[in-house]
Amino acid sequence: MDITRRRLLILLPAAAIAWKFVQAGTPESSPNYILAEHWWGMLIDIPKCIGCGSCVRACAEENDVPDGYYRTWIERYHVADWKIERPEVESPNGGKQGFPPNEIGDGKNFFVPKLCNHCVDSPCTQVCPVGATFVTPDGVVLVDKSYCLGCRYCVQACPYGCRFINPKTNTAEKCTLCYHRITKGLTTACCEVCPTGARQLADLKNPKDPIHDFLKTHTVQVLKPHMATGAKVFYNGMDGSVR
Amino acid sequence: MNIPVEGFMYPNEVELQWSILIVLYPFITGLVAGAFILASLERVFRVEAVKPTYRLALLTALSFLLVAPLPLQLHLGHPERSLEMYLTPHRSSAMAMFGFVYLWYLMAVLLLEIWLDFRLDIVIKSQTTTRVTRLIYRALTLGSDNISERSLHIDERLGYFITVIGIPSAFLLHGYVGFIFGSIKANPWWSSPLMPIVFIFSAMVSGIAAVMLLYMVTTRLRGRDIDIRCLDKIAQYLFYIFMIDFSLEMLDLLQRVYEADESFRSLDFMVHTRLWTSQVIIQILIGTVTPITLLGLTQILKLTEAARKRIYALAGCLTVIGIFAMRWNVVIGGQLFSKSFLGYTTYKMAFATREGLLTAIALLILPFIILSVLVKLLPPWPDAGPVPAPGAIEPRNQLTPVLRG
Amino acid sequence: MFKDVEHLVRLAAVMLIALVAFVVLRAAVVPRSFGQYGHYRGAAIAEVAARPIAFAGHDTCEACHTDVVDQKKQGRHIVLSCEACHGALARHADNPASVTPPKLDTAVLCARCHEANSAKPKASPQVVTADHSGGLACDTCHQPHRPKIDTQPATKPATEARK
Repeated sequence: MDITRRRLLILLPAAAIAWKFVQAGTPESSPNYILAEHWWGMLIDIPKCIGCGSCVRACAEENDVPDGYYRTWIERYHVADWKIERPEVESPNGGKQGFPPNEIGDGKNFFVPKLCNHCVDSPCTQVCPVGATFVTPDGVVLVDKSYCLGCRYCVQACPYGCRFINPKTNTAEKCTLCYHRITKGLTTACCEVCPTGARQLADLKNPKDPIHDFLKTHTVQVLKPHMATGAKVFYNGMDGSVR
Repeated sequence: MNIPVEGFMYPNEVELQWSILIVLYPFITGLVAGAFILASLERVFRVEAVKPTYRLALLTALSFLLVAPLPLQLHLGHPERSLEMYLTPHRSSAMAMFGFVYLWYLMAVLLLEIWLDFRLDIVIKSQTTTRVTRLIYRALTLGSDNISERSLHIDERLGYFITVIGIPSAFLLHGYVGFIFGSIKANPWWSSPLMPIVFIFSAMVSGIAAVMLLYMVTTRLRGRDIDIRCLDKIAQYLFYIFMIDFSLEMLDLLQRVYEADESFRSLDFMVHTRLWTSQVIIQILIGTVTPITLLGLTQILKLTEAARKRIYALAGCLTVIGIFAMRWNVVIGGQLFSKSFLGYTTYKMAFATREGLLTAIALLILPFIILSVLVKLLPPWPDAGPVPAPGAIEPRNQLTPVLRG
Repeated sequence: MFKDVEHLVRLAAVMLIALVAFVVLRAAVVPRSFGQYGHYRGAAIAEVAARPIAFAGHDTCEACHTDVVDQKKQGRHIVLSCEACHGALARHADNPASVTPPKLDTAVLCARCHEANSAKPKASPQVVTADHSGGLACDTCHQPHRPKIDTQPATKPATEARK
C-alpha cells in the first residue's frame, strides 16, 4: 500500500492520539488521573431510550462479555392502566438485538436500561469473604479477578441481578463502568454509542459535569431505594412499576 | 444453557448460583452442631441416661465436621484460592467469619475435647499395640504418657470447661450458617432475623436424630442390646426440640403471610407450585408433622419396647429427611424466583459433574467412612471388649469397661 | 506439679507452632498492595484500568474525518458518535491503513433505531420498514450522515468516497 502525503497527514494525528492513550496507561502511572478527584455514577434518561440495544452490543464488545451474560441490559415494560403492580417485562437476549414490535392493548410501554449501580454501600462488596470486590476511591465497584474465589456470594447479594460468574474465568464479573476508558478521559462504551443520549456518564466530583444542572432541574430516582445501597445510577422519568 | 423460565427474570438470574452442594453444607454442619449438643447434655447437664451415646456423638460430630468444608471447596470457581479466606478475611463478610468459627470449633472445641476424653485410651493403646498403630497412638499422646490420677482429673475439669464453651460455639457454628443466608437483604426468602435461630434448632433436631439412629444401628451391628432408657431420653429431647423448631418455623411463616410485603405474592406462588412437593409435602408433612406426631405418641401412650424402637427409628429417618428438605428449600428455593418478583427459573441438577448428584451422594457417604475409621481408632463404646460369639446370650456390660476420668 | 500438666503444655506448644506458622505464611503470601486503599489488592485497580479499549471514541474519529463531521452537522445525526453505527474501531484508529471498517448493511442497522415500536418515545423518528421501504436498503434514498432528503443530492465526503 502506497502512502501518499495526504494519507500521511491523516495518519499522523491518529497515531499521535493513539500513542497518547498508550502512554496514559494505568491510572496510577498516569499523572492525568487522580483517584481522589472523581466520583463516578451514571444518569439514565428513560424517556430518551429507544431500546436499540447498541449499549448492550457495545458493552459486550468492549468488555468481552460472554454470550448469555450481561453487564448491561435493556428491559421493555408494559404497564396496563389498572395493573401498575404487575407490569409485563421482557428482555429477550438482554435486548442485545433490540426488541420486536409490540402493540399490546392499553397502558404504557417503555424501555429501562440496567447496569451495575456502583452502590456506595454495596451489598456485594460487603459479603465478599476475601476482598476480591471493592469500591474504588473514585466510586466504582470492581472485581479483582485474580483474587476472586468464585464463591458466588456477591451474585446472591446484589439486589439488581447485575453480577454473574464468567464461565471462562470462573470468577465474578460485572460492569466496571468501563474503568479502563473513564480513567483515560473517555466515556463508557455504552454511553459512547447511545444514539439518543439516554445514558450519560457522570463525575459527581467534577463541578463542571452537566449532571449537576440536570439533578437540580429534574426529579430523579434510583432502583429499589428501600434497599438503601447508595446506588449511583440515577434514573430520570422512571415509572413506579420499575423494579 | 436452556433453562425453562416462567415470567421475567433479570437475565443474569436465570442460572442458579448455588447447587445441591450448598444444600449439603448447612445440612452437614447442622448434624455436627446437633451431635455436639447431644454430647454436651451428658457432660454439662448431667443427663446420665444418654451416656452411652456421649463418645459416639463426639466422633460423629468430628467426622461430619471434617467433611463440612468439602462441598464448599468443590463448589468454588477457584478452589486453589480458598486459603485467602484465612489470609485476608473480610470482616464484614459472614462467609469469611464462618471460616474462623469453623476453625475455632474444630481445633479449640471438638478435637480438644475428644483428645482429653480419649487420652487415657490413647496412652494405654500406645503401650499395648504394635507397629504402625502404635506409632499413630504414640503421636496422638504428644509424647506424654502420664495417666496419673491427678492428670486425668485435670483433663476431666478442662474437658468440662471446654464443653461449656463448646455449647455456645456449636450454636455459633450453626447460627452463623443461618446468618450467611439470613443477612442477605436482597433475597426476601432468606432475609430474616429468625433464620439463625431456626437453623440452630433444626440443627439440633437433625443431629440428635442422626446420633440416635447411629446408636441404634451400631449397637445392632455389634450384636449388643440397645439401652432403651437412653433411647427414650434421646427421643424425648428430640420431641421437645422439634416442637420448638416447628413453632419457630411456623412463626416465621405466619409473620410472612400476615405482613405480606412486596415479595409475598411471588413467594406464595412459588411455594404453591415449584416448592409444593419439597416444602409442603416432604418438609412439613412427612418430615416434621409426622415425626412429631410419632414421637408425641411415644410420650403419651404406653407402648412396648419393640414398638418404641421401631417408632424411634422411623421418626428419626423422617426427621433427617425433613431437615434435608428444609435445607434444600432454603438454598434452592431462595434462587428460584426473580428479585424483580416477576418470574421463576428452574434448578436442573446435574448428575456426574463436579456439582452433581453423584458428588453429593459421595459427600454424604464420606462422613460414615471417616466415622468407621475413627471408631476403629478410638472405640467409643462404653461396653468395649471382645464381641461375644454369635448366638451367645449376652448379659449386658460385663466385660472390662474402659476407665473414664 | 508440672508433670501432671505436661501433656497440656505439649498441646499448647503444638498449637502455638501452628499459629506461628500461620502468621509467617500470611506475611509471606498476602499480596503486597493488599490494604493500600482498603480491604483489597490495591494493584487490582491499575490492572482493571490497563485493559485495552475497543471503542476509540468520537474525538479520535473526528481528528481525521473532519469532512464527515461537517456533513453530519447539517443533519440530526450530529448527536450520534461514529462508532454507534460503524462499530468498535480503536484498532482502525491505531492502524488506519491496515484495519478498515466493514461496510454496513443499512437495512438492518437503521431499523434498530427507527423500526416502529410502541415502547419507543413518540418524538423518536420511526417507520414500519416493510411499508416504508419494502426491505430496500435505507441508503438508497437517505444519506446516513445527513439523513434528511432534500432537493439537492448530497455529495459524498472525500474520506468516504475512496472506499
